[in-house]
Amino acid sequence: MTNPAERRKLEPWQDPKAAPYVRIDHVTKKFGDVYAVDDVSLDIFQGEFFSLLGSSGCGKSTLLRMLAGLERPSAGRIYIDGADVTDIPAYSRPVNMMFQSYALFPHMTVEQNVEFGLKQDRMPRKERAERVGEMLALLQISELRRRKPDQLSGGQRQRVALARTLAKHPKLLLLDEPLGALDKRLRESAQFELVNLQERIGITFVTVTHDQEEAMTMSTRIAVMNAGQILQVDTPTAIYEYPEYRFVADFIGLVNLFDGRVMETQDDQVLIESSLGRRLHMRDLHPHAIGTPVTVAIRPEKLQICSTYQENGTNQVKGVVEDIAYLGDVSIYRVRVSPEMLVEMTLTNVHPRTEQALTWGQEVAMEWSPTSGVVLTE
Amino acid sequence: MIQELCKRLRLRDRQLARVVNIGTPYLWLGLFFLAPFAIVLHISLAETALAQPPYTSLWEWVDDGVLQVRLNLQNFVTVFSDELYLAAFLNSLWVALVCTILCLLIGYPMAYAIATAPERRRVMLLMLIILPFWTSFLIRVYAWIGILKPNGLLNNLLLSLGLIDQPLTILHTQTAIYIGVVYSYLPFMILPLFANLTRLDFSLLEAAADLGCRPFKAFLKVTLPLSLPGIVAGSMLVFIPVVGEFVIPDLLGGPDSLMIGKMLWTEFFSNKDWPLAAALAICLLGVLVVPFVMMQRLEHRIGGDER
Repeated sequence: MTNPAERRKLEPWQDPKAAPYVRIDHVTKKFGDVYAVDDVSLDIFQGEFFSLLGSSGCGKSTLLRMLAGLERPSAGRIYIDGADVTDIPAYSRPVNMMFQSYALFPHMTVEQNVEFGLKQDRMPRKERAERVGEMLALLQISELRRRKPDQLSGGQRQRVALARTLAKHPKLLLLDEPLGALDKRLRESAQFELVNLQERIGITFVTVTHDQEEAMTMSTRIAVMNAGQILQVDTPTAIYEYPEYRFVADFIGLVNLFDGRVMETQDDQVLIESSLGRRLHMRDLHPHAIGTPVTVAIRPEKLQICSTYQENGTNQVKGVVEDIAYLGDVSIYRVRVSPEMLVEMTLTNVHPRTEQALTWGQEVAMEWSPTSGVVLTE
Repeated sequence: MIQELCKRLRLRDRQLARVVNIGTPYLWLGLFFLAPFAIVLHISLAETALAQPPYTSLWEWVDDGVLQVRLNLQNFVTVFSDELYLAAFLNSLWVALVCTILCLLIGYPMAYAIATAPERRRVMLLMLIILPFWTSFLIRVYAWIGILKPNGLLNNLLLSLGLIDQPLTILHTQTAIYIGVVYSYLPFMILPLFANLTRLDFSLLEAAADLGCRPFKAFLKVTLPLSLPGIVAGSMLVFIPVVGEFVIPDLLGGPDSLMIGKMLWTEFFSNKDWPLAAALAICLLGVLVVPFVMMQRLEHRIGGDER
């Protein structure tokens, strides 16, 4: 394991003394009567690759646009690098944004697009040319410098947009769905490239995405948003393994949710009577009082085939295989455990498909360990 | 065999469709542009005569099967040598230029405002631009006489406000022509500009702001170059008809306003000098083709840039 000092450097949010680089302080944005962003507070640290994750209309883009200065908060303040920027217009902020549509100027060449921001700063011609060359080289688009945006492919445009936003060496780079316009294959390689680039240049990135996979791969931390509010801010691992809300558990990846009621508690162990009539034994990091209605969230890959099924065994359910989704590396089995409930179980395809043990209509018992899920209240 | 026949028929159909497709515009241009042009050119090379129609024929059969063709270039000589016509041409071009610039200066902000207005208000604003067309053009120009005359609406208003002591002479001056032309041709500037500006991607302006560009500079660097095709189209729709404009100078400009359209009319109807009028029309066409070709080149270049 890494030592605490190094860990603090890698994860500044763990360090109580670290000063946040971006501070969003009780920010609200109303459009008419609609709260697009509702009293959000958030600290982002220098060098982070921070993702705002949520479905469309959750307020993530509005929050990003407020950081860029393209929208004014209805209430609250925004600080960047210690300075209050709430009232500073977009054109004077030390922040640059990559637009979802890339918003490249169609009447300018790649070179002119990248140079545009530098010209606004009245950077001397020679220095400007150097910086443009540097940026084009960094993103490996030097040979495209004389082209117009409509002579470029989607991936090339994304690079030009990135070069243009990075050219001014912003304190903060905002990316609105940076990979949204790329096809799936390109997106995967672009994810790694973006992370490598961010590590190399060391600029703080804040991205907005609705793609949970993208957020998981790239981010140091993720803020999951819903209906204008931030539900949970955590590392990708923590968001996946220890969601604090049903919504978060459900939004990120597949999950099985068992409703139930707390029967017994002892230290961090809890015994739950599920609505299926089975007893569930879980570790609970936030102990709940006896009788509290709770939901147990278990990821499909945490389930295993159970060979020792007992009528009164804990953490065991039984059902009939209804659907099999074969994904190549893994298969997802949808098992009907009660008329109302399907449980999803992911198994690695160790053996070729034809030799798989489970098939449609087959009865199967499943189990999981007490530490492989979380107990949620809302 | 039947299949073969069908194939051949279909092929012929397609060829026929192609001929019709390409042929129609050519037929249209030939009938309604080239033929009248040929007639006018023909008249411009003839001589006046007291006859019906009032010009001589260009050719006549003399004995022994000799066709005698008489091309009279005197009309063109008159047009180019008489300073009055030259002055009228220059004044027409000047009026058209000033009015095009005025229309652009007034029309651009209006088109921009309409293009950026909320959807529902946009329809209403567009209606307001088009609404004057529902009244006859002639009546609208006549109405301006009532507004601009010495004891008209404008002078009475200014007098009652105490801004002037005696009525301004606006009617029957060049100023009245400017006012009438700008009023009448403004929609032709606004509509193409509006069509262009509604297609403008406003995230480009946000991107410009984000990169440190103040709003006015963003307008100059982004909006203006991208709306150049609209500016060119609108300017052409104003400039070209205004050069040959006849009604407005006749009604608002008074007897001594030198506009080529008006002179043409006088030569044709008052002086019954068809050949001279035709020569003037041919020269006017020549004057208009030059800016037209220039603007089309410019538009082509911009279009090429956008691609």
